[in-house]
Amino acid sequence: MTQNSLPTFWSRKREGFGRGWYKFSRNPLSMVGLSMILLIAFLAVFAPFVSPYPKHAGVFVNFAEASQPPSLRYLFGTDVFGRDILSRIFFGFRFSLMMGAVVLCLVVPPGVILGLIAGYFKGSWVDTVIMRITDIFVAVPPLILALAICSVLTPNIFNAMMAVSLMWWPWYCRLVYGLSSSLRNEFFVEAAELTGAGRVHILFKEILPNCVSPIFTKMSLDMGWVMLIGATLSFVGLGVQPPKPGLGTMVADGRIYMPDQWWITVFPALAIMIVVLGFNLLGDGLRDLFAVEEV
Amino acid sequence: MSESLLEIKNLHVGFDIYGGHLKVLDGVNFAVGKGEKVGLVGETGCGKTTTMKTVMRILPIPPAKVRNGEVFYKGKNLLRVNLRKVRGVKGKGISMIFQDPTAALNPVFTIGRQLMDVVRYSTGADRSGDKIRNRAIGALKDVAMPDPERILSNYPIQLSGGMRQRICIAMALVTGWEFLIADEPTTSLDVTIQDQVLRLLGNLIEEKGNSTILITHSLGIVREWTDRVYVMYAGNMVEASPTKELFSKPLHPYTQGLMKAVPKLTGEGMAEGVTGRIPNYLTPPAGCRFHPRCPHVMPICEKERPPFFDVGDAHQVACFLYKE
Amino acid sequence: MTEEIVIAKDLKKHFHTSRGTVKAVDGINFSIPEGEMLGLVGESGSGKSTVAYTIMGMYRPTAGEIHFRGQDISREARKRPKALKKEIQIVFQDPGSSLNPRRSIKQILELPLKVHGLLTNKSGTQQVERLLEMVELPLDYMYKYTEAIGGGEKQMVAIARALATNPSFVVLDEPTSALDVSVQAKIINKLMQLQKELKLTYLFITHDLSLMRNVATRVAIMYLGKICEVASASEFFRNPVHPYTQMLLSSIPVVSEEEEQLKPKKVLSRGEIPSPVNVPPGCSFHLRCPVKKEFCSQDDPEMVTVGEDHIVRCHLFS
Repeated sequence: MTQNSLPTFWSRKREGFGRGWYKFSRNPLSMVGLSMILLIAFLAVFAPFVSPYPKHAGVFVNFAEASQPPSLRYLFGTDVFGRDILSRIFFGFRFSLMMGAVVLCLVVPPGVILGLIAGYFKGSWVDTVIMRITDIFVAVPPLILALAICSVLTPNIFNAMMAVSLMWWPWYCRLVYGLSSSLRNEFFVEAAELTGAGRVHILFKEILPNCVSPIFTKMSLDMGWVMLIGATLSFVGLGVQPPKPGLGTMVADGRIYMPDQWWITVFPALAIMIVVLGFNLLGDGLRDLFAVEEV
Repeated sequence: MSESLLEIKNLHVGFDIYGGHLKVLDGVNFAVGKGEKVGLVGETGCGKTTTMKTVMRILPIPPAKVRNGEVFYKGKNLLRVNLRKVRGVKGKGISMIFQDPTAALNPVFTIGRQLMDVVRYSTGADRSGDKIRNRAIGALKDVAMPDPERILSNYPIQLSGGMRQRICIAMALVTGWEFLIADEPTTSLDVTIQDQVLRLLGNLIEEKGNSTILITHSLGIVREWTDRVYVMYAGNMVEASPTKELFSKPLHPYTQGLMKAVPKLTGEGMAEGVTGRIPNYLTPPAGCRFHPRCPHVMPICEKERPPFFDVGDAHQVACFLYKE
Repeated sequence: MTEEIVIAKDLKKHFHTSRGTVKAVDGINFSIPEGEMLGLVGESGSGKSTVAYTIMGMYRPTAGEIHFRGQDISREARKRPKALKKEIQIVFQDPGSSLNPRRSIKQILELPLKVHGLLTNKSGTQQVERLLEMVELPLDYMYKYTEAIGGGEKQMVAIARALATNPSFVVLDEPTSALDVSVQAKIINKLMQLQKELKLTYLFITHDLSLMRNVATRVAIMYLGKICEVASASEFFRNPVHPYTQMLLSSIPVVSEEEEQLKPKKVLSRGEIPSPVNVPPGCSFHLRCPVKKEFCSQDDPEMVTVGEDHIVRCHLFS
């Protein structure tokens, strides 16, 4: 049998993707979520080119146009410094997405690896040590921990990300711990062990691939939450510092002008809501996608 | 010939999936008379459960689609009836027992709670708690459960598989059923318990004179417990016959292949299975769906689908070999 | 005299749980000569799967010994030499759970080769092709995942995986119980063919006596952790003496009159199968035994010989 009759690597990947897309696209809400995220990502990446007033995102004042209500010139109005809120929101998305992405990149690998190991050695001292450490982090109310850390260090987005990461990793550890400890009893893991496969292989090639779906689902839902926490930190002054256009910072700046110049606070708040909603819908869609099909 | 209690005519059911449409049931014809014990034999994927789910209206409608055909129960077309009215029929008329009793019972409720729930819902009017309880105990006694009062307060996990299945039978009984569909009721049970449960079921059916469909992939069970058998392959009924005759004279090549493949106590060694695999429902074979695997295939088999041909006393075969 | 590859001596495996000690395997003895198939038959709670798992090393024996080619291997798999794992393999009952759904068939079949350093070049493609050919599966299955193939084919992959390292002894734990009868025939035929070609020794575990009749060299029947009767296949079915054996044989559904004639007269099965947590005192079968005597509830019977190569554990014969 010649090599030609076997499907190539790329054709197999395409087939798998096509199948996944078919299932995903059946769910209208997932598609809504995906569109929202794609739109926001586009706006964030190309902010300098698509925002009407890119310079307003930085240091800029124009008191002549300050506190203008929404109009055709400034679709979401301007703030007290005369900066276009719409443009600042586009740039604000950058901080939000960056926060979400960086935190998850920091948090997922160690959380997953520790969870895999603890689950595999469930019942032994390894399990106890890892999970009790996890418990300690989980026991502290998340926002308090983040506030405490941020107030000790210089308040900026970088430290905010560190703080959020520190309180986020245990949840991945727990998720994967549950999966790993039940998967290790599956027959296919036994079969691999009986053949003589080493522990590293079992953890990463047998157990981990079966955890990937719940991990990705959680990551998608978490993006929304991390961004929300980031916005909250900015709101209390511990995250993105003015004049940078963090969404939470913008909400905080505008609140003293409520309810008269409502647009200064409300539009950034809506923007936060839309981002979180989008990731939630996407996460729900992913969860349904990975659910076992019955036919 | 008794009039049919349940009759399925030309049923076509398919499923929409990635890559197209699975044409599973391809014109299924099936009838059960009053008081008959009919066996439905077929292998995994042949569509027997799909057929029964269609009758019970529990198919997941998208992605499933009933493309054609009718299901008559006591003269009414079940497929056209309003879903709410069907529930009335399901509870009082047709009952179903499933393969896995563990999955059919809710692990967090006691047996008593579940059994009494069934009594309450199926008898409609709110009877007093005592009457319901007594009815439940009566049902457990009917299925030879030891110590029924104690069983009421047990959880499913405390009981063995055979006991759980008998409870499912009891749950089917209390609804005052006239028609029972048993979908592989003993596949998950041990052989000695299987024997007990089937004997019990047989006795209960004899007593009430009710009609039953016994779905299974075990030919041995069908031989012992049914009056008439349908053999199903890839969404078609391929042979229908009184049980004794099917075993003494199997006609369809698929039936013959199955009979040969069953290991025999006489120790003649393992025969060859039926060569090939079940067809892909996305692109099923044209003509007779069995023709790619048939040792007696003829040119017409690849073009036309064979209808049922009569070959004797109530014996029908869907095969061109028997065209008069 | 062919060498006895596998010997079990008074093997016991007990599990200690909060509800009591589960005596899953409670003192069994057997030996399997090279090239033969020992059929181990029993219903749920008999301990037959536990025997298989203990031999494989998934459990540590509570007592007793297991010998493989003269070597004492009564330990968990982790403590066994790696070379041994090449020699003893297992095919599990449910191929859906014994094959990792997230690994391609090529990856699954390559693993044993990789682990034991048997890959002849970096990519095991050719060796995997050979394995697929051995079980008559199309070569393009290499890149498929288990969800795309049927139950019988999955089991063929499991068999190919077990044979990848050229073992000498294979444990088959109900390999066809979850499969349809026509698929079963194909798989059993393939297993028998491979046994001849590769000179394999099998321990075949099942509850299907009709199947046993046609494939086993010798048959042992288990009840609640103990062996009740052992005989050569033909003798076992011609002359079953233990009451449990007779009960089992008379309960199996058969498809022809001739087979009906062969079944012992109907010993109606009655009673529930007790759980191995409360093993009845005396002979563990006495509660369901239609011919029990008084002393059956007091003493546990010993194995006695009742014919050529035919042993039974029952007071009726001691």
